[in-house]
Amino acid sequence: MSDVVLRVEDLHKRYGREEVLRGVSFTVRRGEVKVILGPSGTGKSTLLRCITRLTEPDRGRVWLEDVEVTGRGVDLNRVRASIGFVFQDFNLFTHLTALDNVRIGLLKVKKLPKDRATRIAMEQLERVGLAHKAAAYPAELSGGQQQRVAIARALAMQPKLMLFDEPTSALDPELTGEVLDVMTQLARDGMTMVVVSHEVGFARAAADELIFMEGGRIVEQGPPEALFTRPQHPRTAQFLKKITALYEGGGALKDER
Amino acid sequence: MDVEGLLILVKSLPALLQATLVNLGLLLGLISLGFVVGVPIALLQVYGPAPLRGLALAWEGFFRGVPALVLLILFAYLPPKLGWGLEPFTAAVLALGCRSSAYQSQIFRGAIQAIPQGQMLAARALGMSRWLAVRSIILPQALRLAIPGWSNEFSSVIKDTTLASAIGVVEVFKRASFIYQRYYELAMPAYLTVALIFLILTYGGNWLLGRLERRLAVPGFQLRGADARTQAQAQAQAQARASTPAEVAR
Repeated sequence: MSDVVLRVEDLHKRYGREEVLRGVSFTVRRGEVKVILGPSGTGKSTLLRCITRLTEPDRGRVWLEDVEVTGRGVDLNRVRASIGFVFQDFNLFTHLTALDNVRIGLLKVKKLPKDRATRIAMEQLERVGLAHKAAAYPAELSGGQQQRVAIARALAMQPKLMLFDEPTSALDPELTGEVLDVMTQLARDGMTMVVVSHEVGFARAAADELIFMEGGRIVEQGPPEALFTRPQHPRTAQFLKKITALYEGGGALKDER
Repeated sequence: MDVEGLLILVKSLPALLQATLVNLGLLLGLISLGFVVGVPIALLQVYGPAPLRGLALAWEGFFRGVPALVLLILFAYLPPKLGWGLEPFTAAVLALGCRSSAYQSQIFRGAIQAIPQGQMLAARALGMSRWLAVRSIILPQALRLAIPGWSNEFSSVIKDTTLASAIGVVEVFKRASFIYQRYYELAMPAYLTVALIFLILTYGGNWLLGRLERRLAVPGFQLRGADARTQAQAQAQAQARASTPAEVAR
């Protein structure tokens, strides 16, 4: 088996007259971290949603390992259960405690027995540093804590791939750091990740490759340092310069570089 | 009303209370039927495929649009004509239950639609089927949100049970009218007694539902006073942020 976890080929999506994705292709290998950035409205979130077909792409194909996600008769629920998805606004289940949020997929989707599900859920809460908040409801947690529970919820399913859709853009700069720390640790642990984010610090510290998107297309991709120091495309240079000025101060990881 | 009248009233009180049990039976039957039918009607209206959604809308439109008395008479006299004899009590439960299902469906539909779309999206992203997501994520939240509106429906239908007298069910209103037919001067006191009985029942029922609501309350998840306003604002902001249309495929 090859070590390609995700292969995206020529994805297209349009909403009415607006063409949000105009032929996006890339691959992600096992253990690789790709950070997608670009101006808002360029289809980054749509791209992530099309990968798991939470939004149905108009054209193009997606493979998760050797399963074609866009193929006919594919068991979509099974595919989705093996891809962790972290949302911009967390989307924790409001009526469930942190523990139940992390456990529910194990119980209802993977049909694990309760004691095993609880053990795994507690391990994952521990991993994001929130075991002591297991009994808290989402409304009793800060935004950063909610997002960490959401990450634990995704991790508990033992995904082959984690997708992050602007995981810190709904957070105060203060709370951003704790979420990025968890994500950086995940990257170090070898998790395969695709992250839509403008966090320059995280991108430089954790990404193997940056993908710069604009107007529904990939404009340029490459190792972070190469993109930051010698971008090939003028739009890449312009954009990276702008967000570096904006985000450099906010990233929690700037000291590591 | 003199002392003698008061005595008659006191003597007929057990009969009135016994007849009240018939109203409670009607209430239990119709509100359960309304719930059991109303929830699927709401789900079909929100999630159902086009033909079933149309059917659910037609059901709701019919049973909300026809007067309760007309429904009662339809259910009492139509089935026997088709060779299906119905007890007046059963006919009343069916007529008022179907009617209540239409009203309850709108309470539940509103509650389901008040759940932010992100909840369904997150459930599907975890690998839940749509039906599993509805059962384990959407309904537990929506039913909590529906309790205040449902209390209102309860207060309304409990009194509607007196309408069953129109098709010959001997319930408390009918029983009171027996008193009035024999002792004309006792009409007012008899009906006031009925009024008092319903006041107590409605108040007691709402008190119980209030307790249920508090018991099932989840922190940060009640639509109430200032909380509701800030929550609504937060949701509006969250929706404004999520600018891409959130369609959940399949």
